[in-house]
Amino acid sequence: MKSVLQVSRTRVSREKLYKTIFAVLAFSSLIFLLGIIIILFKEGLPIFSSVSLMKFITGAFWYPTHEPAEFGILPLILGTLWVTVGAMLVCIPLGVGAALYLHEIANPRLRAILKPTIEILASIPSIIYGFFGMVVVAPFLQNLLRIPTGLCALTASLILGIMAVPIVCSLAEDALSFVPRSFREASFALGANRWQTITRVTLPAAGSGISTAIILGMSRIVGETMTVLMVAGGAAVIPKSMLEPLRPMTATIAAEMGEAVIGSTHYHALFAIGLVLFLTTLVFNLIAEVIGRRYRLKLGLDR
Amino acid sequence: MKNTTKIIMLSLLISLGLHAAEKAKIRMEGSTTVLPVAQMTAEQFMNINPHVTISVQGGGSGVGIASLIEKTCDIATASRAMKDSEIKDAISKGVNPTAHVVAMDGIAIILHPSNRIDNLSKEEIKKIYTGKISNWKELKGADQKIVVISRDVASGTYEAFNNLALDGEKVRKDALLNASNKAVVMAVERTPGGIGYVGLGYVTPHVKVITVNDVACTRQTILAKTYPFSRPLFMYTNGKPTGEVKRYLDFVLSKEGQQIVTEAGFVGLK
Repeated sequence: MKSVLQVSRTRVSREKLYKTIFAVLAFSSLIFLLGIIIILFKEGLPIFSSVSLMKFITGAFWYPTHEPAEFGILPLILGTLWVTVGAMLVCIPLGVGAALYLHEIANPRLRAILKPTIEILASIPSIIYGFFGMVVVAPFLQNLLRIPTGLCALTASLILGIMAVPIVCSLAEDALSFVPRSFREASFALGANRWQTITRVTLPAAGSGISTAIILGMSRIVGETMTVLMVAGGAAVIPKSMLEPLRPMTATIAAEMGEAVIGSTHYHALFAIGLVLFLTTLVFNLIAEVIGRRYRLKLGLDR
Repeated sequence: MKNTTKIIMLSLLISLGLHAAEKAKIRMEGSTTVLPVAQMTAEQFMNINPHVTISVQGGGSGVGIASLIEKTCDIATASRAMKDSEIKDAISKGVNPTAHVVAMDGIAIILHPSNRIDNLSKEEIKKIYTGKISNWKELKGADQKIVVISRDVASGTYEAFNNLALDGEKVRKDALLNASNKAVVMAVERTPGGIGYVGLGYVTPHVKVITVNDVACTRQTILAKTYPFSRPLFMYTNGKPTGEVKRYLDFVLSKEGQQIVTEAGFVGLK
């Protein structure tokens, strides 16, 4: 009797121990996030004592080491925006199209080959994408379009778009798999063919899930650094065309942080850019989360 | 048996500890341009003097100078002279920066090999980089847009070029930014209308080095300072160097050290 009690007691305490360990692991990412936010604010905010927030965001000139220095990040924000829009034009059709094919059309054997292949794209380090862009894509576009340099917004968009395909594709495929089988069966039963079923039933039903996939893909593109540093050209101008070089926010931080003196205005300005980037992707992720939740409710998949 | 192992381990540990205590340490930090010189001379110096450890870090001229002022390094390497503001800051913190010129470097102006132009005046280069000239035909070249290729604004090479060639004026906004000397060379290689500037040591056969004011960028012209874009490379110490730091600097300036400087692609002082 006594021994049974003892066994169960040790089991309970052991279970408690495991619970605590896993709780600590789960909460540790929260601590990291908090730490990052605190540092971003602590190191980024001091810039606003020398430049006003309005001037920082809407200033058209980025000359951080010049005397007198100018810290206007509008060209950098627009650089990020242009490259992101361009990349979305590449990765939405490719990613969602691939997901539709994989989930709705491909037979299991083809799927078994295609799906891992697409996922391999995600595991290629971004510097290799950058190198590929610099050595292959940029010279190719330069000759094809007869532009002065191939290191431009278009090249960056193409490469970033391809980089985001795996994430959009696999999340969109998840969204498609949440659409109940009965929806499709009902559609076929009404005499709809496969194309009609995909465009009028499956896609709308998975719509918000696919939007989530796209938004998360966008976060990935906005935050991508190495590739844009290598292929976007790096000119801090307000972009006028896709065929001109530009400089996204991430590339600026990467290029200049290593040589900015710690504690200088330049250093704080780079952290403030980081803050802007962080807030942007945070908003994207929140939107994705909200849409994702609604969509589960709509399909009766509330969890 | 076990005891013997213990004794051996212990004696090993003790000897390691003693050894570490004997070792003198020199911390060097700063310019990425000077980095190869610093690294190669440090390695050779440590080969000859095994009791000295030299740690070499990049980060940029500004970072090295800031470290010297904060007393977190013994030698700051720099590809530009210290600014007045930095010297003031140093003195206010009780640091007395002392400059040692360890090598000379020339900033070569490079073009795509297909470009007809072989010489530009200093004034023309300034006009190109500040955006007053945007087509090669204005300089009797082909009718081709000039693609201005520059370094990231935080680099010492940029600052040196900015001072020597542009007299502190701003580089045109749409200049391409590259994060390293090698990237500039690569970009010029692939851009028929391109113009770039790099340290002499980074020039490759795939780009064309032009003369500036009809002076070629060579070791002789750089040493004689007739080439307009020559600059000294510095190592800064706090006050007059003493002990191992002094011995290391003497080594860098010795015949052997200057040989290494030349091997690293710079111009030795001797």
